[in-house]
Amino acid sequence: MGSAANSDPVLVVEDLRISFPNRDGGRTEAVRGVSFTLGRERLGIVGESGSGKSQTGRAILGLTAPEGLVSAKRLEFHGVDLLHCTPKQRREMRGGRIAMVLQDPKYSLNPVMTIGAQIEETLRAHSKVSGREARSRAMAALEAVQIDQPERVYRLYPHEVSGGMGQRAMIAMMLIADPELLIADEPTSALDVTVQLQVLAILDALVVQRGMGLIFISHDLRLVSTFCDRILVMYAGKVVEEVSAGNLAGAQHPYTRGLLNCLPRLGDDRHPLPTLDRQPEWAV
Amino acid sequence: MSQDAGASHVGMELRSLRVVYDDFVAVADTSLKVEAGQSFGIVGESGSGKSTVLRAICGLAPLASGSVQLLGGNGTPLPAPGSKRFRRLVQMVFQDPYGSLHPRQTVDRILAEPLAIHGIGDAEGRIERALDDVGLGNGFRFRYPHQLSGGQRQRIAIARALILEPQILLLDEPTSALDASVQAEVLNLLEALRSKRSLTFIMVSHDLAVVTHMCERLMVMQRGKTVELLSSADLAASQVQDAYTRNLMVASSGFRRKETVE
Repeated sequence: MGSAANSDPVLVVEDLRISFPNRDGGRTEAVRGVSFTLGRERLGIVGESGSGKSQTGRAILGLTAPEGLVSAKRLEFHGVDLLHCTPKQRREMRGGRIAMVLQDPKYSLNPVMTIGAQIEETLRAHSKVSGREARSRAMAALEAVQIDQPERVYRLYPHEVSGGMGQRAMIAMMLIADPELLIADEPTSALDVTVQLQVLAILDALVVQRGMGLIFISHDLRLVSTFCDRILVMYAGKVVEEVSAGNLAGAQHPYTRGLLNCLPRLGDDRHPLPTLDRQPEWAV
Repeated sequence: MSQDAGASHVGMELRSLRVVYDDFVAVADTSLKVEAGQSFGIVGESGSGKSTVLRAICGLAPLASGSVQLLGGNGTPLPAPGSKRFRRLVQMVFQDPYGSLHPRQTVDRILAEPLAIHGIGDAEGRIERALDDVGLGNGFRFRYPHQLSGGQRQRIAIARALILEPQILLLDEPTSALDASVQAEVLNLLEALRSKRSLTFIMVSHDLAVVTHMCERLMVMQRGKTVELLSSADLAASQVQDAYTRNLMVASSGFRRKETVE
């Protein structure tokens, strides 16, 4: 692994495990030994619901629910041990050096704050700036995500903007503190296909300009393959395969191949569609 | 299967359907004709009015003008929209199975309710058969929706629609809340049920590949208006007239970097 990782990796994850208590008094492992190294690249994590892909992202940020237990041999961000740092260090990093874009702007934005105020809040949480500077940087961030009239959108509440606009505002908010690592958890799943591409293009340009590391979590294998450099495929809490995005057709694992196969394709006449024949040994 | 619901093999015709909310025109003069046994798709982005068309058909959205009419039926008189017989013939499956099933009712009660409303007997046998038809055993009968996965819930929603033995099924993004692998299973189930019962489908989706897979003809909508009516074969062969349809096709093929970076 780590083919695309530079000499100084942004993030090192080794044997990450996350478990939650279940009703029988035992624990269920949602993530079972995930390892990867991330450089300044676009890494996709793909899997179906329950595969542990989102929990992996959340653990990196320290957002695992309180009853969840996170353990790992190594979980390091630029050499900082994330598992053993203080809550204060964690807080400074979260939103500052590591940022996260969530799935649905309808739920992830604060409904009673204007978009401008929310963006400024992120900035002020991580650096001391004057009111005027905060405002001008918020405007600049809105412009960076290609919002046409930043002055107008600045004053709007989340319910007054469309999904695509809300997601752009969310990205602006995440980028204002200039993070080194961006975790995007299904950032475009709630958006229309056409809007999806605009948001992805913005994300792509920002990652390239700023040299950020990006972890793109999604259930959509085909979309991820057109966007990322390499892809981890997760199944039942484990990484079953790592493929480079260009070589998706050469994927070996039957789960990856099954996922690719079961999608209807334009101009393809397959009735019925092939379905996944889940093998118990995949989950071992 | 009993045919006491009325006619067999019915299609549907919409004539300049118009839905208006205050001064916002959600659907502007949409006409379409679906022959009995055909499968028809409606594609568009959010806000295009595609779901509103379905809702207008079954009376969930107010009609400002235009008409909904059933076709065929081999001479038997066809019920008018809004009547109880119409509602039995035309059933809907909603997008989000997490929102469309009552969280505090068991599968048994969810399936018994439409039977009670329409005064249909033999609830016991019908519920068992309905569960069988959608590939769920009797073991699911006394579960609550939260004890089911997304795909299982959508199967229950399909069973709830089919238990009345409708002739037309309105499908509003039936798989967009599901994982790709589960989507394939539900699409296969819908196709199998359609050929077995010779149902007529009107299916709404934002996913061009899903619609062309399921439907013979389709309509592209944008801002409440019809952009283009075409056959799936034409779409698959990229024989499209309108720039908007072409845009949708490009968008659905995935992300493409404009300038070569790196």
